[in-house]
Formats: sequence, structure tokens, C-alpha cells
Amino acid sequence: MSTTLKRVHGYLAEFDSVKALYHAAEEVRDAGYTRWDCHTPFPVHGLDAAMGVKRSKLPWFVFFGGITGTTVAFVLQTLTQTNFWSSIGLGFLETIAETYPTVVQSKPTDIWTLPAFFPVMFELTILFSAFTVLFGLLALIGLPRLNHPLFTSKRFAKFSDDGFFVCIEARDAKFAQEGTKEFLEKIGAKNIELVEDDI
Amino acid sequence: MAATDSASHPEPGAYTALDREPLVLNNRSFSWITNRICGIIENKQPFLWWILFIPSVALTGLTAFCFTYLISTGVGVWGQKQPVAWAWDITNFVFWIGIGHAGTLISAILFLTRQRWRTSVNRAAEAMTLFAVMCAGLFPAFHVGRVWMVWFLAPIPNANAIWQNFKSPLLWDVFAVSTYFTVSVIFWYLGLVPDLATLRDRCKPGVKKMLYGMFALGWRGANRHWSHYETAYMLLAALSTPLVLSVHSVVSFDFATSVVPGWHTTIFPPYFVAGAIFGGFAMVLTLMIPVRAIYGLHDLITPKHIDNMSKIILLTGTIVGYAYCMEFFMAYYSANPYELQTFKMRGLYGPSTWAYYWMFFCNVFAPQIFWFRKMRTNLWAVMIVCQFVNAGMWFERYVIIATTLERHLTPGSWRVYTATWVDKMTFLGTFGLFMMLFLLFLRFLPVIAIGEVKAVTPEADPHNGDSHEHGVQENDVMGYEEPASTYPGGVKPAATPA
Repeated sequence: MSTTLKRVHGYLAEFDSVKALYHAAEEVRDAGYTRWDCHTPFPVHGLDAAMGVKRSKLPWFVFFGGITGTTVAFVLQTLTQTNFWSSIGLGFLETIAETYPTVVQSKPTDIWTLPAFFPVMFELTILFSAFTVLFGLLALIGLPRLNHPLFTSKRFAKFSDDGFFVCIEARDAKFAQEGTKEFLEKIGAKNIELVEDDI
Repeated sequence: MAATDSASHPEPGAYTALDREPLVLNNRSFSWITNRICGIIENKQPFLWWILFIPSVALTGLTAFCFTYLISTGVGVWGQKQPVAWAWDITNFVFWIGIGHAGTLISAILFLTRQRWRTSVNRAAEAMTLFAVMCAGLFPAFHVGRVWMVWFLAPIPNANAIWQNFKSPLLWDVFAVSTYFTVSVIFWYLGLVPDLATLRDRCKPGVKKMLYGMFALGWRGANRHWSHYETAYMLLAALSTPLVLSVHSVVSFDFATSVVPGWHTTIFPPYFVAGAIFGGFAMVLTLMIPVRAIYGLHDLITPKHIDNMSKIILLTGTIVGYAYCMEFFMAYYSANPYELQTFKMRGLYGPSTWAYYWMFFCNVFAPQIFWFRKMRTNLWAVMIVCQFVNAGMWFERYVIIATTLERHLTPGSWRVYTATWVDKMTFLGTFGLFMMLFLLFLRFLPVIAIGEVKAVTPEADPHNGDSHEHGVQENDVMGYEEPASTYPGGVKPAATPA
């Protein structure tokens, strides 16, 4: 559906090569823009620094995800196999979960059977961490989403083949319809396009 | 040092000592890479694809039939009888799960060690991993006897509030294998997202575009996304590295924590892991050499890739050989008569010594020809050795499992194990399942990681063609003067103005 009302998303500028894009990114960063991004078919080494992007916070999420996995495995195993929780005065947990120590293989039913629980603790640490990586990543980058104004540009599809783009968004405080275009021309952009989105 | 350097580079000016062999040959452009890899999916499949696909589907049906027959008739249709309660089924499980190790090894360990050549083979190897683990999972699921009770493996209490025995290595195995499969799927899918976006952008509007688009999650290659994405990829690699080592270690615990002579050894975890990598790489080569030839991927999967993988096969095969010898030595040195007797009957005069010799020949001797570069670059030689390894690794598991149980502690319970036709057909059918899944993967998903391969070309480097040509540092970071031999023609170039 298209209406006559359009909203300016920003300027999309194409660059010839990785090298041109890299130097352009440094220029855009130094010019003080904040709401902008590079679009490339593959991660370009060093572009984060050229753009002034900070390190991802994802590892922190994953750290806590991993700890959750270890804890879940520890509680699951000690609660269902040992009398550890009642020995530290939390026997009501065993009552609630309706569990009792499993006496098999001549193994002790106190906490000292813990080494037998290490493999599952390890595996669940990895499993929970991996899920945190996936969902943490999606949360940080705001995907999946069904559409994006940039996809209205015909040329933009090249980003997944061999196109290198810079997009400066209209919501950037420094954005100016004429000034930004001139700036992009000055730093060597080849095809500059005003991307508009249907309202 | 200086003398050898100049001697190996006779032509002044033609300096190449620090140049690396290119990972993509013939200076292919980004769009060539996209077109070639997407072309496999977009063009009609070669006739050969159908020639392979139809029998694969038929073989998958064979496995389905055999399992149906097993369930409807009873476990007696398999050859297991006491004391050989674990035989072909567990052998096949360990065989397939071992093959499933190369994918994550290539993705994770080679990623962390910055082995950039992995990019051409990681996607297919990861896919192969998933399919191999699927084949592996079938066997223990049916081995439990009443497959409809297989949910007992999950950590859920049964009707009597009895929980699983978390102290058992068999339950550790359930957790290890299911975690491995899940994490491998996440790793594989995350790597696919940018390539799915490429496919989406090339499709005409329609169902295909919608499906690729849905799975591409709206990816638009933004660098602020790539930044998080690369961190995520590295984290997954760092998580998968200990995981891949743990999975086959835990599989080996199934045996090593028992008290059966021939199984109760501490060498099992590293020996199983080395064997898994060994068998996995053989299967990667078995699949990738034909794929490379059929789809014309010679510039992407180069002789260097095959050479590197052959070296890994040589290394891990030799480690496996060491483990075979050390196992035998420890049986003697432990002064445990049962252990020694087991090994004597495994290798010297038992009923299945032929399997032991096959194993030894295929896994230890056959790969030794990879000491020669000529053999590593000869695709026929590589393919033949890989088939020996594929067979040898199956025999290894057969030797460990069946021949050990055939000669248990008391001679009264000795029995010669023979597989039934159901055992054999079920196993044969899983090759069909594996091939069918792999062929479907070739048909619908990019067999080579498009984005990653582009990233290892010289053009992907933002400093490509800048100063420091050929890797020569004009100003050494440590402040030392470079030896004259470092420079083309032995002459230090004049300092360029900043």
C-alpha cells in the first residue's frame, strides 16, 4: 500500500570499495553524526573503530546466562539425588518438589557425590549460555523485524552482494536535507539517495 | 637466516616470502562469489543430484522399515544376545556422533585459532554435523527397547516420582548429545543469517523470498549489528570448543566408567576425541571433494584446504595409532590379567581379530601416505584414504564394543556375535538419511559461507594496497632495524613522508 505521505528516513550513500567506506566512516564519525550506520556484505575488520562503535555488552548477558545454567543443573541434581538441601536446613524444598535421595551405585547421598554431577552442570552451562547468545544478540540488534525503510531502496539490495553503504538517518541532530548530501558527496559517495518511508 | 632468505628469493623485487597463499584463487570479485554460490541453489540441479537423491530417499525408507519391523516384532530381530548387549546399534551411534565432530571443530576451534581457511568448508561441515548427529540419535533412541518410553531420558520424574539417575554416564550422554545438537544448530543458523539475507535479496517476490526473508530475520548488514554479531559468533565458538571436546569424552565415559576389561581405561576420552575429529574430517573430505567438482567451486575450495584437512587427518590418525598401542601396553603394564586377556583376544587370537586388523590398517597405516605432499594434493589418493578412514572408524567402535563383550570375564558366557540383516540394513539406511539431508541442504541453502569467504579476500581489507606492501614493516614496532634481506632486492626503501 502506498500513500502520498512520505517520511524521510535518511540519506543512503554507496561507496566503491571497503577502503572508501572505511575512510568515509572515519569522516562521518569525525563530523559528529550519531544516528548513522554502515551496511556491508560482511563484517569489515576495524570498521567499529572507524565508526566509533563501542564493544558489545553481549558477553555480560552470556556470563549470567551461563551461571543460571550451572545453578539449574546443581539444584536439579542435588534436589533429586541427595539429601543436601535438608542437611542445610532447607528440607522443605524436597517436600515441595516431592523428591528423595536416590540410592544407587553405592554412591553417597550427601553433597560429596557432587563430582558425578559435573558433566550435567557443564553441559547446562553451555546450553544456557548458547541460548543467551542467540536471544541476547537478537535483543541487542532489534531483530527480527518484518520490514525496514531501507528496503524501499532498490539499490540497497546490493548490500548483501558487493555494495558498501553509509546511511545517515534523518533523526540525527546534525542531519540537514542539503548539508548532509553535500557532506556525503565530499567524502566520496557515488550514489546518494534520499530514502523515504511510507507513513 | 639472511643467507637462506635471499637464497630462496633469487629475483630482486619479486619478494613473496611474507605473502600467504590466497584463500580464494584467481582474484574473484565479491559478486562472483555471490553468484557462484547462490547459483547452486538458483539453477537447476545437475542430473547427478537426482541420481544420488532418489536412492538416498529409498535408503531412508529402508531404515524406517527396519525400525518399524524392530518395534512391531521385538528387539530379538537385532543380533544382540547376552553378554553382547551393545553391538551394532551403539557402534553406529558412536560412529555417527564421531563424524558429527568435524563441523564444530572447524567452526569453533579453527575460528578461535584464526585459521582463516575454515571459511570455505565450515558451512558444509556444520550441516554435516547436524545430519550425522540426527543419524546418531536414532540408535540409542531405539536401543532403549521400548521407543515410546524414550521420554524417560528427559529430566522429568516418572509416575512414581522417581527421577533419572544423574550419576550415570548414560544420562550424562543424553545431556551432552542434546546440548551439542542444540548448540550446533544455533551456531549454524547464526552463521546462515547473513547468507539467507543474500538469497532473499536475489529472489523474485514470492513464497521463496518470503521464506528466506523470514529466516534472514530482516538482516540488513548494518555494522552496528555486525559488531554484536561478531561478538556472538566468537562467544559461540568459545562455548563450542570445550563442548565439542566434552561430547565425545562423555560418550567415552559410557565405556570408561564401567568395570568391563577393555573399557575401563583413562585413555578413552582423549582417544575418542582424536578419533572423532579424524573420522569427521574424512567425512568432510568425502563430501566436499565431489561437491567442489560437481558445482565448480575450485576457486573457493582450493588444494590448500584439502591439503590442510589431510594434515589434520594424518595428525589425528597418528594420535589414534598411539592410543591403540598405548592401550595394549597398559593392558600388559597394569598387570591386570583380565585386561591383558581381553586385549590378547581382541588383537591376537579372538573371534574378531579381523576387525582389529582392519581398524589398525585403515586408521593408522592408510593415512601415513599423507606425509607426502603429492598424496595430499592428489584428490583420488585423498578420497581413497578417506574411505579407509570412514570404514576404519566404524571398525574401531565395533572392536571396542562388540569384540570386548564377546569375551567377557567368565568363559562360560562367551559368545560370538553376528549381526542380523536388520542390523545391517538399518545402518545402511542411515547413510541414505545422511545423504538425503545433505543433498537437500545443497539444494536450498548456501553450501559455502558467502559472507565469510568474501571477508577473507584481499579486497575485504580496508588497508588493502596501502603502504607496508608485502607485509614488510618499514618501522619495526620494537624499534629494531630490519635486516637488509627483508626488503626487495636487499635495499631499504626511502622513508615515505607522512
